[in-house]
Amino acid sequence: MRRDSNQGHSLFRIAMQSLLSSKATVTAFVVMALVVLLTAAAPLLSPWAIDSTDWESVSTPPSVETGHYFGTDDVGRDIFVRTLYGGRISLLVGLSATMVSLVIGVFWGAIAGYAGGRTDQLMMRFVDVMYAMPFMFFVILLMVYFGRNIFLIFIAVGAVNWLDMARIVRGQALSMKHREFVEAARAGGVSHLNIIRRHIIPNLLGVVIVYVTLTIPQVILVESFLSFLGLGVQEPMTSWGALVNDGAALMESAPWTLFFPALFLALTLFCFNFIGDGLRDALDPRDRAGEP
Amino acid sequence: MTKPLLEVRNLVKHFPVRGGGFSVVRQQVKAVDDVSFTLLPGQTLGLVGESGCGKSTLGRALLRLQEPNSGQIFFEGRDILQMNRAELKAQRRDMQIIFQDPFASLSPRRTVAQTVCEPLDVHGIGSPLERRKRVEELIELVGLRAAVLNRYPHEFSGGQRQRIGIARALALNPKLIVADEPVSALDVSVQSQVLNLIKDLQRQLGVSFIFISHDLAVIQHISDVVAVMYLGRIVEQAAVSSLYTSPKHPYTQALLSAVPSPHPASGAKRIILPGDVPSPISPPSGCAFHPRCPAAQAKCQITEPQQTTLHNGGHQRHFACHYPLGD
Repeated sequence: MRRDSNQGHSLFRIAMQSLLSSKATVTAFVVMALVVLLTAAAPLLSPWAIDSTDWESVSTPPSVETGHYFGTDDVGRDIFVRTLYGGRISLLVGLSATMVSLVIGVFWGAIAGYAGGRTDQLMMRFVDVMYAMPFMFFVILLMVYFGRNIFLIFIAVGAVNWLDMARIVRGQALSMKHREFVEAARAGGVSHLNIIRRHIIPNLLGVVIVYVTLTIPQVILVESFLSFLGLGVQEPMTSWGALVNDGAALMESAPWTLFFPALFLALTLFCFNFIGDGLRDALDPRDRAGEP
Repeated sequence: MTKPLLEVRNLVKHFPVRGGGFSVVRQQVKAVDDVSFTLLPGQTLGLVGESGCGKSTLGRALLRLQEPNSGQIFFEGRDILQMNRAELKAQRRDMQIIFQDPFASLSPRRTVAQTVCEPLDVHGIGSPLERRKRVEELIELVGLRAAVLNRYPHEFSGGQRQRIGIARALALNPKLIVADEPVSALDVSVQSQVLNLIKDLQRQLGVSFIFISHDLAVIQHISDVVAVMYLGRIVEQAAVSSLYTSPKHPYTQALLSAVPSPHPASGAKRIILPGDVPSPISPPSGCAFHPRCPAAQAKCQITEPQQTTLHNGGHQRHFACHYPLGD
């Protein structure tokens, strides 16, 4: 480490360096970026629309000549386009539900852990009660009352996932509360809210980021599962889960309808898990020189 | 006589020990038990004792980082235990703390400048530019270059981090700094540097220190007055010279005899105390020191010794012992 430069080496930059030195993580990042780019650029890559049927080719295998790179399904819809659009939904659900759970979970957990005592007890018992609610039952109830709606999926998944986040963050905040830099801030007269904002939350972000990268694939899987049950997105929109569900029915006559969406889904899940592992290693303070 | 900066009366801090199925408070750890002392402006009080005797708890309780159970703490005549939140925040400008572990006392995600500047920000002192200048002054005052301000704590050694911690404590120009074992986590060579820095700063700025340590040599070097703690109580309190030359309490004498002598041949006899420090949950009856005291007699097991005050030429010394040692 150069000592003469005036710019500090933040923990973030050191973590980035360690992250970039891991081949698996870098590969995962690249593949992930490609998948995201593909789904974003979907309309430019194929003349077919998501719901247009090509009567010339129904249930045809992948071919470059017809323009159906991944083939078509049993009503002549282009699998390539549907996979990319489905990816948009899956990734969107994954990201936004995770964000919802991140924001609620971090604040809930940090406040409970820092406040401690009775406040902590009350807040965490509420989390326990929420845990006891049967998740699928909750989702089905929502669907029955409000009809199928993509936003309901976000809410339902986010509302359940923040519980884990809150527990993790609360444990971290609890251990950080008596660290000396927090006491120093208190001795300096910093208000409780600012201690949580400036000292507690930044110092638990490492753990949180890792958990986020592991939550996103989990949420994508939950959405797939809901779609598999027929509770997910509504036709003509689709998601990877819904596509895999459709494809599974045609597995024997048209295996490509299952193969390609499943490939994208698996690839994305692998990438997130590798990124999560890489982040966990990079942010683990025990591995870093100079840290106790 | 000058008015005291800090006057502590009958301070008590007990920690509940919970146990059983319903988290019932079964017992109390008497970490600080009926402690009283006074500190004059500019003076350094050395607080010494074995680990677990309540030194650190006392230091934290003085700043209300841990709320005491009872007692009074008068800072320039005002009882800080009666203050509400806003008054306490204002009062915190005058009292700061330096911690033992320089690796835990700085937030790893904030630069040196952010750490040292935080107290200034909180109390809204000066414009951002003035604060920046003040931070540069402070960092140079503790012997670091202003160029380090944008660095992060993990780039520094223990001694350098401790200097940053000192700069943060000095930021608000406090009148009192509680130094909780500030050098015990450092290498011996760095210890003396940091100690001398604290001593210089004290002379330059006239800050009062409560210096907590288990190292008698360090305490002798830095203190004006020394208080010896045993099981949450102050057993002896005196000016540094009289305490080191003629201890009144047998515990003090035993502690002093354990200090390695530069002249081992001088033949000073080392007093070895039998047994371990008793549990602060159920301290022994009478004088808490009696099971280990070489001079204990029947009375020590029954009656608790009261603080005795001796006046000797302007100096006061206090001790709690039925059979104090002679001169």
